[in-house]
Amino acid sequence: MNEEALTVTAIDTPMRIGLEGVVADLSDDKQVFHVPWGKAMMWIFLLSDTFIFSCFLIGYMKVRMTTTVNWPNPSEVFALSFGGQPIPLILIAIMTFVLITSSGTMALAVNYGYRGDKKKTVLLMLATAALGATFVGMQVFEWSKLILEEGVRPWANPMGASQFGSAFFMITGFHGLHVSAGVIYLSVTAYRVGSGYYDRHRGGNYEMVEITGLYWHFVDLVWVFIFAFFYLW
Amino acid sequence: MAHAAAGPAEGHQEHPLGIYLGVWILLFILSSFSYMVDYLQLQGMLRWGLILLFMFLKAGFIVAVFMHIAWERLALIFAILLPPLCLTIFIGTMAIEADYTFLTRLVVFGQAEQIVAPHH
Repeated sequence: MNEEALTVTAIDTPMRIGLEGVVADLSDDKQVFHVPWGKAMMWIFLLSDTFIFSCFLIGYMKVRMTTTVNWPNPSEVFALSFGGQPIPLILIAIMTFVLITSSGTMALAVNYGYRGDKKKTVLLMLATAALGATFVGMQVFEWSKLILEEGVRPWANPMGASQFGSAFFMITGFHGLHVSAGVIYLSVTAYRVGSGYYDRHRGGNYEMVEITGLYWHFVDLVWVFIFAFFYLW
Repeated sequence: MAHAAAGPAEGHQEHPLGIYLGVWILLFILSSFSYMVDYLQLQGMLRWGLILLFMFLKAGFIVAVFMHIAWERLALIFAILLPPLCLTIFIGTMAIEADYTFLTRLVVFGQAEQIVAPHH
């Protein structure tokens, strides 16, 4: 009698939506988040990463607000000259477009992964990794130009407030580290898609591509905030 | 019905290709706009307002569409998007403290002339 009632409930209760769904999910006996566990874990990791990057950006806000010395103008610091004509912030603009392009190829890779198109998934993921590596390469160029030619150090620089260097190296360095880790992560997942690892071990489920994509889109998301607050402000 | 609105229980995210391409193009346009803010040397409230506007639009599209938040269940959306709201309080207290530190530095170090004449 009891058993029958339980079975009927389990079958007849649809996935509730809206606030009622939140209450139903949070009071669920078995599982709160109805997503693959890997995806829930990736989201929790990204949430913690959000707080880390926020701490860096808030720290940067504070040193910039408290310094009594003028802040170097990023528009001039990051200008590049082509034929004697300096173009403001052009390298950073190109880096932004490279990262957005990679975000697009990643989104398409996730899509083709779920459609079961292995070849396109691998190619798009490798394209994403290549664009990520390009981004890091341009960052190396940016850093070496700043260190060797402009004389920017974490403790001092000739353009103004000394905190400029520490904030810059800390924030862009940590972001660059994330991009580099993402390139490795993407390569591993792409290899596993291509070699049929997920066909053999996950029954042809490519949700790992989406989880990798979450990480990659987050790296792009962080850059949106760095671009606005550090380079444009 | 519920499945169509919230996605199947396993969180399978498969959507038409067009929506990704649309957002992709939109991100390019918004990035160009933010770059133009600097290129045209807009200043003051207009500059900061436009920077924040384009930033939040870009971030919103990436999170909603590329990261599939728009199709996730509300319990997961709340778990991801509500905790970062604490940061607004953090930003506020640090901004108040920063003003205090700045004024204290002016009083103690007496560097007010450097504000007037930036090239010290």
